[in-house]
Amino acid sequence: MSGMEVQKIAERLARAFPDAIREVVGFRGQVTVIVDRASILDVLQLLKNEPDLAFSHLADLCGIDLGKTHEPRFGVVYTLYSIQHRHRIRLRAEVPADDCAIDSAGELWEGAAWHERECYDMFGIAFRRHPDLRRVLMPEDWQGHPLRKDYPVEGPAEQWPGYTEVLRKAEEFKKHELRKR
Amino acid sequence: MKKDDAGLVEVEDGVRAITGANTIITSVDKIVNWGRASSLWPMTFGLACCAIEMMAAGAAHLDLDRFGIIFRASPRQSDCMIVAGTVTMKMAPVVRKVYDQMPEPRYVIAMGSCACSGGIFKTYSTVQGVDTFLPVDVYIPGCPPRPEALIDGLLKLQNLIRKEEFSWSRWA
Repeated sequence: MSGMEVQKIAERLARAFPDAIREVVGFRGQVTVIVDRASILDVLQLLKNEPDLAFSHLADLCGIDLGKTHEPRFGVVYTLYSIQHRHRIRLRAEVPADDCAIDSAGELWEGAAWHERECYDMFGIAFRRHPDLRRVLMPEDWQGHPLRKDYPVEGPAEQWPGYTEVLRKAEEFKKHELRKR
Repeated sequence: MKKDDAGLVEVEDGVRAITGANTIITSVDKIVNWGRASSLWPMTFGLACCAIEMMAAGAAHLDLDRFGIIFRASPRQSDCMIVAGTVTMKMAPVVRKVYDQMPEPRYVIAMGSCACSGGIFKTYSTVQGVDTFLPVDVYIPGCPPRPEALIDGLLKLQNLIRKEEFSWSRWA
């Protein structure tokens, strides 16, 4: 059984949600459906539960930062795959910088919670009704969100206190070393 | 065999044998250093791709065991720590804690560009060389270094240990 053409799925979504689907972008055969973030859960739910779509697998969920000049600045990208029909689709929900939050997809795919934690950690996008929205890659007391475009590559001027503590310890323990180097 | 005035035979630099008595005479330094250099048990601290090369160096083809180097998974039974890979700031407290658990004498090998200097990752999350918080004895550059380079580094560390003086005492 071969799946549906991604363009057809996109058209069907646009018919089902005329207000929520902002745009269907095509680039070199790849299709991205831009969705209003207020309706993202409704759109995802339809994609998952319709028997001829059956997107049972959330292949990836990630954030993007388009930069301060772009409005809305942030986006959350959903890459879905149907194990049954072997077709894929990509959605992008737009998230503005001044209200940097979107609904969690955790109630549809439980695995989404992990991706959402990473997305929150790296971009500072909050996920509403997330069961446990903590940082997952950076230390929990880290300041800032490293994958934002305005984050300095070499880090903020102020050092992470956890590492300052390591340096302090290394200096303090030097006097206990038996072997002088 | 050439005997000296006391009737001893120099079998190696600094090691003299009493022939027929199955006895050798040497310095404590020599024998302690021989023991330490010939049974380096490294703590494996594989953090990235360098760890794959470290495993290759330990496996059958290159076989680190022939130098008396046996990987130990516990810091409390190790002599040397091979930091193989990129050390992130989040990992730094863990690396330091493992080092602090090792009994002395202990040695540190920084394996690979990342452990030596941070490598290509001059970023917010990466420690710019483990020597910022650990006393490193041998640096092995490379991205990643070939297993032969790691073996060369370990042999260099053995040479360092052989040159130690009074390391077994409190007068070191």
